[in-house]
Amino acid sequence: MKWWLEFFIAVPLLGFLVSLLLSGNSEKALSRTAWMTIALHLGGVIPFLVYWLWQGAPVVNLAAFTLFQDPHNAFIIDFYFDKVTAVFLVVGSFLTLLITLYSRVYLHREAGYKRFFNTILFFFSGYQVVIFGGNFETLFLGWEMLGLSSFLLIAFYRDRYLPIRNAVKVFSVYRVGDVGLLLAMWASHHLWKANIPFMQLNNYDLVHQQLEQHGGIGLFISLMILLGAAAKSAQLPFSSWLPRAMEGPTPSSAIFYGALSVHLGVFLLLRTWPFWEHQLTARILIGLTGATTAALGYAIARVQATAKSQIAYASVAQIGLIFVEMALGWRDLALLHFAGNAFLRSYQLLISPSVVSYLIREQFYHHQKREHSIEDSYPKRLEYTLYLLSLKEWHLDEGVNKLFFAPLKKLGHKLDFLKVTNVFWFFGLTFGLSLWLFPRTHLLPPQLAHYLPEIFSGMALLLVLKAFSERKYPRLVVLLIAMSHAWLALAASFNEHYEANHVLWYLGGVVPATFLAYACLEYLCRKEERYFDLQQYYGHQYEYPRLSFVFLLAILGQMGFPISPSFVGEDLLYSHIHEDEWLMAFFSALSFVVGGIALIRVYARLFLGPHIKTYHHRPWRSA
Amino acid sequence: MSPKDQVFDEAYWLHELQHYLPAQAPLKDFVHHNTLHAFQDLPFHQGMEAATNLFGYQTYADPAYYLEALRKGQITHEQLEKRLKKAGAASVDELIHQLHALSGSLAWEGEVGQIRKRWHERHHLNLDKAVHPLLFRTLGSYLDQGFATWAFPRSSRGFLASLRELDRQSYYRIFKHKRVRALLKQPGLSLERVLQLLVGRAAYFGPYLVDMAFAHPGWSGMVATLEQQPDSLLDQRKITLREFLLFELLLELDAVYARLGDHFMPLMNESTDDAPVYFGAQKPLPALRTLAVWQEALEWSYFDQVLAGMADAPESKPRRGSSFQAFFCIDDRECSLRRHLEALDADAATYGTPGFFQIDAMYQPEGGKFMTKICPAPMQPAHVLHELPARGKKTRQQTDWHFSRRSHGLLGGWLTSQTLGFSSAVRLAANIFRPGESPATVSAFRHMARDSKLNLRYKGESHHGLQLGYTVIEMADRVERLLRSTGLVSDFAPLIYVVSHGASSVNNTHYAGYDCGACSGRPGSVNARAIAEMANDAHVRELLAGRGLHLPVDCRFVPALHDTTRDELVWYDEKGLSEVRKQQHERNKSTFEAALQCNARERARRFVLIDIQKPVAQVHEAVKKRALSLFEPRPELNHATNALCIVGRRSLTDHLFLDRRAFMNSYDASADPDASLLLGILQAATPVCGGINLEYYFSRVDPDKLGAGSKLPHNVMGLIGVANGMDGDLRPGLPTQMIEVHDPLRLLMIVERAPDELLDTLSKHPPTLDWYRKQWVLLVAVDPQSKSLYRFEDDAFVRYRPQAHVLPELREVESVVLATSENLPVMRIQQEEQL
Repeated sequence: MKWWLEFFIAVPLLGFLVSLLLSGNSEKALSRTAWMTIALHLGGVIPFLVYWLWQGAPVVNLAAFTLFQDPHNAFIIDFYFDKVTAVFLVVGSFLTLLITLYSRVYLHREAGYKRFFNTILFFFSGYQVVIFGGNFETLFLGWEMLGLSSFLLIAFYRDRYLPIRNAVKVFSVYRVGDVGLLLAMWASHHLWKANIPFMQLNNYDLVHQQLEQHGGIGLFISLMILLGAAAKSAQLPFSSWLPRAMEGPTPSSAIFYGALSVHLGVFLLLRTWPFWEHQLTARILIGLTGATTAALGYAIARVQATAKSQIAYASVAQIGLIFVEMALGWRDLALLHFAGNAFLRSYQLLISPSVVSYLIREQFYHHQKREHSIEDSYPKRLEYTLYLLSLKEWHLDEGVNKLFFAPLKKLGHKLDFLKVTNVFWFFGLTFGLSLWLFPRTHLLPPQLAHYLPEIFSGMALLLVLKAFSERKYPRLVVLLIAMSHAWLALAASFNEHYEANHVLWYLGGVVPATFLAYACLEYLCRKEERYFDLQQYYGHQYEYPRLSFVFLLAILGQMGFPISPSFVGEDLLYSHIHEDEWLMAFFSALSFVVGGIALIRVYARLFLGPHIKTYHHRPWRSA
Repeated sequence: MSPKDQVFDEAYWLHELQHYLPAQAPLKDFVHHNTLHAFQDLPFHQGMEAATNLFGYQTYADPAYYLEALRKGQITHEQLEKRLKKAGAASVDELIHQLHALSGSLAWEGEVGQIRKRWHERHHLNLDKAVHPLLFRTLGSYLDQGFATWAFPRSSRGFLASLRELDRQSYYRIFKHKRVRALLKQPGLSLERVLQLLVGRAAYFGPYLVDMAFAHPGWSGMVATLEQQPDSLLDQRKITLREFLLFELLLELDAVYARLGDHFMPLMNESTDDAPVYFGAQKPLPALRTLAVWQEALEWSYFDQVLAGMADAPESKPRRGSSFQAFFCIDDRECSLRRHLEALDADAATYGTPGFFQIDAMYQPEGGKFMTKICPAPMQPAHVLHELPARGKKTRQQTDWHFSRRSHGLLGGWLTSQTLGFSSAVRLAANIFRPGESPATVSAFRHMARDSKLNLRYKGESHHGLQLGYTVIEMADRVERLLRSTGLVSDFAPLIYVVSHGASSVNNTHYAGYDCGACSGRPGSVNARAIAEMANDAHVRELLAGRGLHLPVDCRFVPALHDTTRDELVWYDEKGLSEVRKQQHERNKSTFEAALQCNARERARRFVLIDIQKPVAQVHEAVKKRALSLFEPRPELNHATNALCIVGRRSLTDHLFLDRRAFMNSYDASADPDASLLLGILQAATPVCGGINLEYYFSRVDPDKLGAGSKLPHNVMGLIGVANGMDGDLRPGLPTQMIEVHDPLRLLMIVERAPDELLDTLSKHPPTLDWYRKQWVLLVAVDPQSKSLYRFEDDAFVRYRPQAHVLPELREVESVVLATSENLPVMRIQQEEQL
C-alpha cells in the first residue's frame, strides 16, 4: 500500500523535475514527458483501485516520513486514502491526461509551451499532495502548490495587463482562504494537543469527547475550514474570482477552473466531514453558504453574455449545491455531483469556441423574435432591479476588496513615514530594544509582559501591512517582510518550548531568500532605474527572463513556500502559540498571508504586464 | 487660437472616429478588409507613418526579421543596392548598419491617449479599471445575440433609451451619484454637457473622446460598425457611437465623483497646453523610412523572381482541355490544386474567376429564417434564391445539449452534471483519440443539402422585395460574363466543372473567414450549382449562341464544392449526364481524387505535426482529421503567404511553382477588346485580394494591436466577437495562429494587358486606380504580345527588367514538398507532360 501511495505522488513530481530540465524549443520532448507522466500515473491508479476494492476498500493511513521531530513537536508528511481520495484521484488523473494530450497540439508554437507543461505537472503534483494529504500540514503543502500554479497559469500571457491583474487578484483570494487553513491548523493543535492525522477524526468517541469539552474551539475550526473551502471553491463572498481566472489558454482554464482546482473546497469539506458532522451550527452555515451562492450564482449566470463567464457562474452555482448536499450529509451524492460537474464544465469550456457557429446556426434556423424568461413575470421593478444587480455581479468583486483588502491597506498607510533610508533605524531601535528586553521581562509590569508576544506579532503585522500598501519602493517591501519574520520569531520565543533550532528552521529559509531577492532587485534597479517602482506594471521579464525566474524563487522562499525550511518553521511557530493567544495566532496568520500577497505584487509589477519599452509591439491595455 | 476659446465640433469628431475605428463586422460576417483603411487616402508609406504616429501601431516587421530575411536570401543584395539612394546610404553594409542601429531605438508609441492619461498622472485615478468592466458588460449584454438566458431588457428606441428605462424602473441604480442619474434622465443630453463637467475646456473635448474610444478600440469599433450596418446582426440592435460614448462619459463622471468628491476641478480647466490635433497632422518618422526601404527590398526580391519566371515562359501550345475544363475560385488556396490537376492530366485546363461565379444573389436555405448574401460584400443583390425542400430528413441543425442553456440553470445543471456530465468525459476522450463529426463542427457541405434543388427560374414572385430567381435573359447574361471574362469562348470541353470552395473546422470562432470571400464568407456551393444549371439550360444556350458563344449540345456543366480544409470534393447534380459523359466524368473524378491527395500532402508540409513521409493517403487522412479535432487551432492556414494576384492566361504561370501564394483570375485580352470585362475584374479583385493581403500584412507585423493575438485564451462575447478573459476589449484582426507563417508582403497585381490600355481602363474607376497609385497594392502589366513587363510607379508604367535570375528547376513537386516547411522561392516546373 505504502509503495503505491508514494508512487502516486512521486511520479508527477519526477515528471515535473524532468520537464524543468528540458529545452523550451523541444515541444515533442516536453509534451511527451507530460503526457507520459500522467499516463503512467493513470496506469497505476487503475490496477491499484481494483486491488483496493478487492481488499474491501479499506481506509489507509500512512505516516510517510517525518520532516522534523523533537519531544514536543513533529512535522509529519502523512498520507491517507479512502473513497473520497479514490474519486478525486480517478477524475483528476483521467482529466489531466486528456487535457495534456489536448494541449500537446493546441499549444503548438505558442511562446511559453514549456512553462505551460511545467505548470501543469507542478499543479498535478500539488493536487496529489492535497488529495492524499493525511493531516492538515500535508494538505496545506499541496494547497500552496496549487495556489502558485494557479497564479502562473492565469498569468500565462504575461505581457498583457488583465491576466496579470487577475492573477494577483486570484492569488490574493486564495491567500485569504489560507488564513482559514492556518488558523484551523493552529486551533486543532490545541484541540488535540498534537498534530493529528485525519484518520483519527473518524474516531467518533474521540471527536465527540473533545468537542464536548471545547465546543467553541471546535466551531472555530469548522468555520475556518469553511473559509478555506469557500475561497478555493469560489463560494460567497469570493465567487467573482472564478470567471476572472479564465485568462490562460482554454485547456488550462478547463482543468483548473472548470474541473479540479475549483472543486478542492468540496474536497476539504469531504475530508473534514467527521469533524464537523455533529456540529449543527457548522452544518447550517455550510448549507447557507452553498444555498446563497447557488442562488446568486444562478442569477448572475443567467445574465452573462460571454461563453466562459457563463460557464463559470453556472459552475459556481452547482458547487453551491454541492455544499448544500454536504451540509445535508449526502456525501456520496456530493462526490457524484463533483465528478459530473467537473467533466461537464471542462468539456463545455473546451468546446466554447464552437458555440459561435452552433448558436448562430440555431439562431438562423430557429430564431424567435423575443424570448420570454421567467423574470418577465416578475413585477417590472423587481425584474430590472435583479437584472442590474446580477449584471454588476451583486458587487461581489468590489465587496471582497472592501471587506478584506481595503482596511488592510488603510492600516498600512499609517506607516508611510518608513523609507528604505530610515527603515533600518526604525527596525534597529525597536527590535534592539525588544531583544534587550527579552531576557529582562521582569522589569516590565507583569500585565504588559504578558502581552509582549501579541505586541511583537502585532509589530510584525504592521510591517507587513506597510509592505502591502507600499507603492514606491520594491526593495523596501522585501526588507519589511524579512523584518516582520524576525518579529514573529521573537514573539514566539516567549514560549517556553520554542528552541533555538526552531528559530533556525524558521529563519533558515527566510534569510537567504531575502538576500537573494534583495540582490535581484538591486541588480534590476541599477539596470533600469527609470522603470523601478510599484506604481505600474513594467514587464521586465521581456528583457530579464532569468532574473525574473530567480526573483520568483527568492520571494517564494521568503514567503515560506514549501521549497524552503521556513515552511516547517512556520508550522512549528504556530504550534507554540498558546491557546489563549488567539490574537497572536491571528496576527501571525495574517502577516503570513498578506506578506505573500505583497511579495507577489512586487514580482507582478516589476516583471510582468505590458513591457514599458516600446521598441516592439505591445497589446492595448484593455486587451 | 488658444485653448480657451476653441469650440467643440461634435459632428466632426464623431465622423473622424467612425473613420478611424476598426471596421470589423460581427463574427458571422467576418470579411477580410484592409485593417488600416482609414489611412488609405495617403500613399502607403506615409499612411504607415501616420498610423504609427497616431496609434503606435507597428507598421513594418521587426528589424530582426529583415536581417534574418537577408541572411536567408529572401532579401537580395541587388534589391538593396537599387535602393541605396532612397535610403541615403553609400553601401549595403551601411544599410545593414542603419537597421541594426534602429533595433533598440524604435518607439511604437502613439499620440492618442495623452489627455485622458492625466487622470492617472494628477489624481492616481485609473478610470479604465473603474469604468471598463461595467461598460463592456452592459454593452455586451445589450448586443448579445443569444448567450444570456435572461436577455437585456431593451427598448426599441436604442441603447440609451433602454438604459434610461432600466434605471427608471429599478430600485437599484446604474450610477451611484445623483447628479449623474439626473443627467441620464435629460432627454437631449449632449456630449458637450458631460464633457464640460469632466474635462472643462472645449478645445480638449474632441481629443478626449478619441482617447476614450481608443482605450478600447474593439468595442468602440463594433458599435461604429453596427451603427453603419445594423443588418450584420440577425437579431438587430439599435445603437450609435454617440450614445455609447455618452454612456461611457457618464460612467467616468460617476467614477470621478466617487473618487474626487462632488467638487472636483474638471481635468483640463486650467490647462493652456495646445490641444492635440490628432487627425490629419503629419510628422515624419525617419526610422520608418529606413524600414520602408527594407520592406520594399523584401517585396521586390520575391516579385523579381516571379517576374523573371514569367518573362521566361516557354513557348507552349495552350492546353486543349479535351478531358475537362474547370472553373475555380480566384482564391490562392486553389492555386496548388489546379497545378496538380494539370500535372496529372495534360488534357485538362483550369480557369480562375471570383468564386461567386457571377451569381449575385441572396440565399435562403430550407427552414432558414433569414437570407444570407452569397456574392461579394459590397454588392447589393436584386435576386434571391430559395432552396427547395428535399425529400428525406430535414434537420440541418443537430442539437448538442452541451450548448443548451438548461445546463447553466440550477436544476438543469444539477440533473445534467450528474448524469450527462459523465458522457462529456467520454466525448472528450473520443475526440482526442478519434476525432469525428459532431454538432459543433462547421462543414461547408451543410450550406446546401446535396439532394435539394434551387428555385432558379423566375416565376413572377418576389421575396422581401427581391426577385425570386432569374429570368432566362438574366441567366444568359451571367453565363456569358463568366465565359468571356475568363477567356473561355471556344474549344469547349465535353465536361466543364464549376468548382466552388468552402471550409470545415471545429472550435473556430473565425470560421466565416475560412469560406469563400467572394461569397461573403459562405461556401460557394449554391453559386456553382446555380451557374451550372443556367449554363445547361437549353433556352440559355440558345441565347448564348445568338451572342456568339456556341456551346456544343453535349457539353455539360457539373458543379462541385471543394472543402479546402479537408481537401475533399463533393459533386452535385451529376444525374443528367449521358452514358459517355458519365464514363468521362468517372475518369476525371479519379484525377480529382489523386490531385486532392497531392494537394493535401503539399499543404501538410506546413503542418509540422503531420509526418508527410507517410503514404499520401495516410497524410490525407491526417489532414482531414484536423478539421474535426477540437484541439487543432490551425485546421488550415487560409490565405497565409499570399503575395500575388495574376490576371491573365494560365500559360503565363503554368510553368512556375508559386507555392500557393497567388490569387489567379483567368483573363484573355483578345476576348475583351474594349477592356470592359477587365475593369469589372479589377474593380472586384483589387479590394478583395488587396483587403485580404493587407489584413494578413497588418496582423502579421503587429499581432497585438492590429491582430487578435493568440486565439488560445479567446472568450466569445455575445456571439459577435472574441476577447481575452471576461473583461477584455474585443479583438478584431486575425489571430496569430492564422498569420504566423505569413511573410508580410504587399500584394503584387500582375495584369496581362498592354500598359496603356490598362491605365486607360483603370482611369475609368478612380477608387480602384487609387489602390495602385498610392501603392497599397503594387501593379505590373504584362504585354500579351511581347511579354514585356511594366511596373506602375509614380502614376506611370515603366519598363521593368528582372535581374537575371536563374530560377531553380523543379522536377517533382513532391521532392520539395517533402523537404521543408518553410516558404519556398519561385521555381520552374519541368513539364515533361507538355513536351
